[in-house]
Amino acid sequence: MRRKVTIALVGNPNCGKTSLFNALTGLNQKVSNFPGTTVEKKTGDVKLSNEIGLQIIDLPGTYSLYPKSADELVTYELLRNKAETNFPDVVIFIADASNLKRNLLLFTQVCDLGCPAILALNMVDVAERRGIYYDVEVLAKELGVPVVPINARKKTGIEPLKEVLINNLPKEYNTYFSLDKVDPDFLNMVSKVTDKRNPYAALQYAINAAELISEKSARIKEIFENYKFDARQFQEDEVFARYHIIDAAVKKARVYSDLSLKKSLTRKVDAILTHRVFGILIFLSLMFLIFQAVFSWTTYPMDWVEAGFAQLSNYVQSSLPAGVLNDLLVQGILAGLSGVIVFLPQIIVLFLFIAILEDIGYMARVGFIMDRIMRPFGMNGKSIVPLISGMACAVPSIMASRSIENKKERLITMLVIPLMSCSARLPVYTLLISLFIPDNAVWGPFNIHGLVLMLMYFIGFAAALVSAWIFKFFIKSTQINYFLMELPGYKMPIASNILITLYEKAGAFVFGAGKIIIAVSIVLWVLASTGPTKQMNAVAEKYTAITVNMTEAEKNEAIINGLNLQKDAALLEASYAGQFGKFIEPAIRPLGFDWKIGICLLTSLAAREVFVGTMSTIYSVSGTDDNLDSIREAMLKETNISTGKPSYSLATVFSLLLFYAFALQCMSTVAIVKKETGKTKWAVIQFIYMTVLAYGSSLLVYQIFG
Amino acid sequence: MNLSQIKFGEVATITKVRGDLLALKLFEMGVLPGEEVALENVAPFGDPIAVRVGEYKLCLRLQDAAHIEIKINE
Repeated sequence: MRRKVTIALVGNPNCGKTSLFNALTGLNQKVSNFPGTTVEKKTGDVKLSNEIGLQIIDLPGTYSLYPKSADELVTYELLRNKAETNFPDVVIFIADASNLKRNLLLFTQVCDLGCPAILALNMVDVAERRGIYYDVEVLAKELGVPVVPINARKKTGIEPLKEVLINNLPKEYNTYFSLDKVDPDFLNMVSKVTDKRNPYAALQYAINAAELISEKSARIKEIFENYKFDARQFQEDEVFARYHIIDAAVKKARVYSDLSLKKSLTRKVDAILTHRVFGILIFLSLMFLIFQAVFSWTTYPMDWVEAGFAQLSNYVQSSLPAGVLNDLLVQGILAGLSGVIVFLPQIIVLFLFIAILEDIGYMARVGFIMDRIMRPFGMNGKSIVPLISGMACAVPSIMASRSIENKKERLITMLVIPLMSCSARLPVYTLLISLFIPDNAVWGPFNIHGLVLMLMYFIGFAAALVSAWIFKFFIKSTQINYFLMELPGYKMPIASNILITLYEKAGAFVFGAGKIIIAVSIVLWVLASTGPTKQMNAVAEKYTAITVNMTEAEKNEAIINGLNLQKDAALLEASYAGQFGKFIEPAIRPLGFDWKIGICLLTSLAAREVFVGTMSTIYSVSGTDDNLDSIREAMLKETNISTGKPSYSLATVFSLLLFYAFALQCMSTVAIVKKETGKTKWAVIQFIYMTVLAYGSSLLVYQIFG
Repeated sequence: MNLSQIKFGEVATITKVRGDLLALKLFEMGVLPGEEVALENVAPFGDPIAVRVGEYKLCLRLQDAAHIEIKINE
């Protein structure tokens, strides 16, 4: 039997923790939840030797065990509870050697909490380039733990680290900080309430619990008050006492230090990248480049996905006997699956750029440049990356907002991310814009179609900012509003880090959003293919009668196909989805929408691009390859029965464009917001405010232009 | 004077950090009395600023920097 050892990777942000995790586990990693919670953990299983198997847990970077962000809370939650099944046997603490003192603060806290630890001294080369040299053996002796120099990005030192895990696994934990100055009676009380024997763990838990965890907080606050314990002052004293201990150890271990050697490439690069003119120009050019790439690189793969699924659908449809199962497979599951996969190319390209920029350290600079602009809108510099990612898919972007410390700013960021135009809106925009602008129309050197599309993205961004600004006044925050962010040194990007990030983001989309898209697709398929029996039968009978009465000469393939398409449209009209469309028609008529658009609004709840597919069914357009032109023609021909004018007037199209830009027609987003905020309330508020915004602006536009 | 008033080329020593939660967070991030600081970058709109503190580079807003008292080194 192989022995399983659980190892947690802990360290400050930017210390190289994730690089080490990737170096240790490769692609052998998975994201799952801590038992009984919605908190995510990243784990990887590695066979260390014939006797030992490792379960490695990667924890978000933090500066201390008094968590300030949702990210940091994850780390704290794992380390605080020894009874937890995932409690690590050993912590590998990754410390940035070029900034050792600050890194060791957290290290001593983690040890005091009761975790046996190994210190992995990362980026020793960076430190040496800056003129700082450490004697690893002295450091190990001073700290009383095994110390292994590594370079996580270059994957050096990994074998010696494994060697320690095999032969020299620490069993005991070290203590550094003494609680001598704290009243022992008080500590006893705290130990009892928190049910922890280790006094530091007990006190530390109590301080956090007083702020965070509701059930015991009242009792703990009472004890604090009775013993006149000032948690804030204690934390300050603790930090200083720890630095005092660390200073002594670091000084002894530092063999040579000549800071005059310090030459910083980072400083020179930053002088340009954060320059008041060049900095902004470079940022804007990068954004432009990225979007060019997202649109131009992905056309072919997206076509392949669509063509592939069309073939697969045809194959399944013709090889299985006709019936409900066949329809469910083709129109429910395969259609849903295709709707998920088709976005992967765009999402991968966008996240590829974001991952590269993140890995080299540029994204932190974007936060630095943009903070001043985001601030009046109740967000901060860290909001910018999730917002940009929102142009791919809101689901992974909302998850990416975890690094924002301030709860209010994080919440606002999550609430407005879905206003950024995501990839699912693109096919809808493309179809709608083509209704009033020919593909090849140009204005000077610009393609007008492209300009309008850009305008839509801009409108989404502007709406996000304005909504954020309004939320700022309604969301209360007790937290002090500060913005502190480390600007890490620039590094060469590493392919494996980027690929693993991509794999993760794509996974979050496919498994997070995809699951729901498919589930909703199936429900909507049921609604669109079933209906009140009487009406459905009437349609079926009508078309059977037509076929029966046809002469042999009339029965050529084209006519039959045409009839079948008309029949599908009539069935959709009679279905529950059709009934729904007619039911809400009075409500959406002021926006210029008829019941047919009403059906689309319903089916778009799976993912917005379903709009295009539903339109093609409604207008009896055959579902094969390049049908965008045929849908467009069918929509243009449509006239409104009551007015006799075209159904898709300019006003209706504008109104629809705005509706799709603003409405939260995405169940996956609703689900992820509920999960990330921990409250149904915010998901509901988001759904309502976006619907109101969509309805209001569509109404306004239609009434002005209509 | 405080850190929000530091100019390029000046090297200063932190004398005091004020503020409740902010000060704690700054301490945890190694912004301690006795540490040296120097201005490295100013964001395009004049705020936030990036300073070298201890052995790394920290970005902070002027309003937060104003909580950090400094003395310019001779």
